[in-house]
Amino acid sequence: MLTLDRAAKRFPNGYLALDDISLGIGEGEIVGIVGASGCGKSTLLRLLAGLERPSAGAAAYGGAPLAGPRDEIGVVFQEPRLMPWLSVEANVAFGLRHLPAAERNARAGETLERVGLSHFAKSLPRELSGGMAQRAAIARALAARPKVLLLDEPFSALDAFTRLALQEHLLELWSYDRPTFVLVTHDIDEALALADRIVLMRGHPGRVHREFAVDLPRPRSRTSPRFLAWKEEVLRELHVTAAAGRTAIAAPLLRAAL
Amino acid sequence: MPSAPSIVRLPGAGAPRMAPRALPRLSFPAGLLLPLIAAAAWEFAAARDWLPSNLLPAPSAIANTLAVLARSGELGEHLVATTLRVAAGFAFGVAAATLLGALCGAVPLARRLLDPSIQGLKSVPSLAWVPLFILWFGIFETSKIILIAVGAFFPVYLALAAGIPGVDRKLVEVARVYRYSTAALVRRVLLPAVLPTYLIGLRSGLALGWMFVVAAELMGASQGLGYLLVDGQQTGKPAIVIASIVLFAVLGKATDLPLARAAARALRWQDGFKQHAS
Ligand SMILES: Nc1ncnc2c1ncn2[C@@H]1O[C@H](COP(=O)(O)OP(=O)(O)OP(=O)(O)O)[C@@H](O)[C@H]1O
Ligand SMILES: [Mg+2]
Repeated sequence: MLTLDRAAKRFPNGYLALDDISLGIGEGEIVGIVGASGCGKSTLLRLLAGLERPSAGAAAYGGAPLAGPRDEIGVVFQEPRLMPWLSVEANVAFGLRHLPAAERNARAGETLERVGLSHFAKSLPRELSGGMAQRAAIARALAARPKVLLLDEPFSALDAFTRLALQEHLLELWSYDRPTFVLVTHDIDEALALADRIVLMRGHPGRVHREFAVDLPRPRSRTSPRFLAWKEEVLRELHVTAAAGRTAIAAPLLRAAL
Repeated sequence: MPSAPSIVRLPGAGAPRMAPRALPRLSFPAGLLLPLIAAAAWEFAAARDWLPSNLLPAPSAIANTLAVLARSGELGEHLVATTLRVAAGFAFGVAAATLLGALCGAVPLARRLLDPSIQGLKSVPSLAWVPLFILWFGIFETSKIILIAVGAFFPVYLALAAGIPGVDRKLVEVARVYRYSTAALVRRVLLPAVLPTYLIGLRSGLALGWMFVVAAELMGASQGLGYLLVDGQQTGKPAIVIASIVLFAVLGKATDLPLARAAARALRWQDGFKQHAS
């Protein structure tokens, strides 16, 4: 449904952040994207969101080229990005401009309740903790009910307990009406617990290193032997990419030294 | 994703809503303390003849002069004349600055075309325009109001021309994700984001407006506080000069106060290190 075909992204400063990425995301799929810091995960997500155009190759949604952001595609950024002058409630309603006011408020209220922020509806973003702000940002994306939700490390600022609760919540949403999730994460456990498929990236330039189809049955136990075996395998591959990344960084230094 | 299956309870859900941080109140009484003490000391010194009364009359003498002027109705006329000039000049200056500032801030092409010239004009000391304005517009109201408008223009223009491109790109991107039209983007993101700088620009513009009205009235007027200043000097009445200065201070503060209040209210969302409405 959402695809990248041999997409590359070169920034105006000449840096090649992504190279030759082909990726298909099916309807109702949960795709986890993991990789070391700086390997291009956020850039990949921005291509999928239509916020950046690939400098080579193509991005498409539903078979048609992706020319810009679309109503069907929601984004949770790596930072909360709340409007500091709007109340939490108004921030959650930010993407519901097209709805009549009554429905907008109802939906914002309902979504806030889901992320446990009802009591802070009238607060300003500066009165929220980092994790609460991130929950408000997740609520803003959920309130618009996108078909595809792109999440850029949405839970990394949260404590373990809230993180688990929100992961459960994503799964609940998913089991209910099968939206599509693309979840960038640093957390292998998170990727294994949620994703149907894990895309492991390596950086400089960012490429798909390997894809894993996670065949663990749901609901998944994070302590089952099969889960742990999966974790070991993904971690092993991650080390391979990390080693590759180190040599990629070290090579020019070595050349300079010689 | 219509109606979630169930509700996840999270920590914080039962917490009471935080009380918004109280705004620092305008501490007017405390601010008045210093001028009052100074006036009392001055009065005391004058009464002992420590000060030359022909150069530095006592506060009571100044108050007396003000009362005489007020009773004759003259004072009211001067106040109204000056205030109207500032109001008109400020209004024109702010209108032009808002238009051009928003244009240059939001449209890169307009910025490249116009901003260098405007910045160039800014480096002309504004009083250097006086002779030209008098030649062009005569010695009467028009040249005065234009001079005040020029004074008010630049801080407001700069606030917008520099403030709008400075709006956090990441917030603009959120509006893009939700496919805001340009108009909605301006209204819902750019304007609120730039409001703090704009209000600061307005306040500096108003202060410059008051500064320039003096220059405008010094260059020839038959009414206004600036005229009163010149009149006091030429007739050798320091009480009138000092009374006009005090009135300028009072008017300046009185017109700044509503702007400062508006700024404090509009900027409640800012997470500054101590906000002062000064
Ligand atoms: N606008 C830009 N201009 C130039 N280079 C950029 C730009 N944005 C990102 N980069 C570079 O592209 C690379 C990938 O960045 P990206 O933000 O996608 O990484 P990431 O995988 O999301 O990292 P992290 O896990 O730390 O968030 C980085 O090396 C970064 O320096
Ligand atoms: Mg990132």
